[in-house]
Amino acid sequence: MSAFILRRLWQMIPTMLGVVLLVFFLFNFVGGDPAYLLAGKISNKEQIENIRTQLGINQPYYIQLWIFIKQILTGDFGVSWATNEPVSHIIATRIGPSLTVLVPILIIETIVAVLIALAVAYVRGSLTDRAIMVVCTMAMSVSLLVYIIVGQYVLAYKFSWFPVQGWGDSFAENLFKYSALPILLGVAVGLAPNTRLYRTFILDEINQDYVRTARAKGLSEHKVMLKHVLRNALIPIITNLMIYLPSLLIGHFLIERFFSIPGIGREVILAVERSDFPVIKAITVYVAAATMISNLLADLLYKAVDPRVKLK
Amino acid sequence: MNAASNASPVYQASPGLWTLAWRRLIADRVAMVSMAVVGAFLLLTLASGTGLIAENWNDEIAVGYAPPSIFGKPDISGRTKMSKHDDGAAVNAYPGTVKDPLAEDIAELKATLGGGTSASPSANTALDTKDDIDLGDGLKVVDPIGPEMAEILATTRMSTEQSRAESLLFGADKWGHDVIKKVIKGSETSIFVGFAAALVATLIGTLLGAVSGYYGGWIDDLLNWFYSIFTAIPYLLLILAIAAVLNQKGVMTIVLILGLTGWTGIYRLVRAEYIKHSTREYVQAADAIGASNARRMFVHIFPNVSHISLVQLSVHTVGFIKSEVILSFLGFGVPVDKVSWGSMLGEAQNELILGYWWQLAAATIAMAILVTAFSMFTDALRDALDPKIK
Repeated sequence: MSAFILRRLWQMIPTMLGVVLLVFFLFNFVGGDPAYLLAGKISNKEQIENIRTQLGINQPYYIQLWIFIKQILTGDFGVSWATNEPVSHIIATRIGPSLTVLVPILIIETIVAVLIALAVAYVRGSLTDRAIMVVCTMAMSVSLLVYIIVGQYVLAYKFSWFPVQGWGDSFAENLFKYSALPILLGVAVGLAPNTRLYRTFILDEINQDYVRTARAKGLSEHKVMLKHVLRNALIPIITNLMIYLPSLLIGHFLIERFFSIPGIGREVILAVERSDFPVIKAITVYVAAATMISNLLADLLYKAVDPRVKLK
Repeated sequence: MNAASNASPVYQASPGLWTLAWRRLIADRVAMVSMAVVGAFLLLTLASGTGLIAENWNDEIAVGYAPPSIFGKPDISGRTKMSKHDDGAAVNAYPGTVKDPLAEDIAELKATLGGGTSASPSANTALDTKDDIDLGDGLKVVDPIGPEMAEILATTRMSTEQSRAESLLFGADKWGHDVIKKVIKGSETSIFVGFAAALVATLIGTLLGAVSGYYGGWIDDLLNWFYSIFTAIPYLLLILAIAAVLNQKGVMTIVLILGLTGWTGIYRLVRAEYIKHSTREYVQAADAIGASNARRMFVHIFPNVSHISLVQLSVHTVGFIKSEVILSFLGFGVPVDKVSWGSMLGEAQNELILGYWWQLAAATIAMAILVTAFSMFTDALRDALDPKIK
């Protein structure tokens, strides 16, 4: 077990190095000279040279790369080009709002989707099952933008059931007042695809021999579905959730943008709009690291819930 | 159709994978209907791409926000009530009332600071006094809403000059463009981007997957390393990061962004197939008769793998159409002079608050129909090409 973890951590090093190289390549070669971006339209040679010296662009590439790696290791990415706020401070303060919205979405969405999936899988092939699957397919075809635009307009603007947007200081206010509608819409967006996916997971289990055995020994349908089928179907469901987990860190960026939630996702969009390279670089590198760790955790969890799995 | 033909002249030809798949597809009613819908959209795209229809989508043929015909003439009383939230375009119905809210202040500022010609603070001076007065030291009096006001005034004038339709079959947008033409033009952009990007992604994924799975060894390790890098960064974050560094909009840019980031899933699938096939007997036989590596990879193995690439092409087209809509909505997608479903939704977001829902409805319905049909077609294609189902 610990040998497995050590080996996986060891294998992360080249990948992480690759991510660093990719980000470095993108922002230092493809991105053009940031000095021109920073200096703006009215600029002279002197200013540009000043900025270049400040950023260290005049130095050879290996030194710039070394500076970048040092930034990653120390967590000090300097300040945002747009707002002069330290990048580390941006990340630290934006994660909270992202999680406030995303964690409830993830929990509610999973519970509701699993319950619907269990129900439709139980009556598989029936009219109800087929009707719900058609509704899911159609619901997935509507752009998620439309759900958010219409939901915000109808529920917040027209009926004033929720605040249109905003964010406060207290956690309870944020969660119950400002996050209520974003959470509702987030669940609405994710429900159809997840129901479809979980239904196939459950259908894979429902035809297995052990289900017939359970029925044959006289267990109630409740017990068969919730104890036998659901427990086994949870294995792929958990894996799917773990894959989804890293995206918690960049947040549901569309929802954050529509509702002006000061989270990481909105920060990324703002940074892209303002060509605020340090912020994008930092978030990309850290989210990549978090993704790799989360994948490792997924494998370990997989092993924990399914003893048949052998870690290699 | 008989690409994977194993026919021999002596025996009666047995149908190949593609013939069987085609037969299954034709027998499937859902598949045929969805194929017809997708085909209709493709024809529409082709017709609009070659300029047969919707070429003049940019003509301002109606008054701003002309409603769909079945809802009759614009409700003017409702608009004046709305004008509090209005951004100025709806006042087309009352051209005389357009007024630059800052004109008086700016004129006053210029008069006092510049000390020069004092412009009379009348309503339509925004156009004439737009020239900034230099105060020295780089300080200027700038009208912050000057350009927008000029545009609004210009459209107002134009609408009084020429007669415009008061309502259109599917309604009009802020500038009086016909919404249905915008939808057709938007389909062209979105479908082209989706398909072209999927083609790029499928080509890269298939090629890298073939090389990786066939050769194995250090090439496999290297390409797997690339794969692990691209999958370590969440997909949307990677797209946004690349959009940030490229910092230029264009249809080809977005095709490249989507294509260059979207190959990983295809690579994985194709690689697994090539690993499986490269040790099979027919490949060893090809080796024995002296076929080169490239020939074994693409002439012998590829026909047995190509159905996977085809299904992935279809899957990714749908996915990239959705991604393009989101990117264009955020303003990182197609340039301003192009119309796409995403940019239409972006405009519609502001229109909805004013009560003009038709552009949103048109873009949503068009996209939903295409995506539903395309998804169902993809499912049918996957089933038809699955050799396990006979």
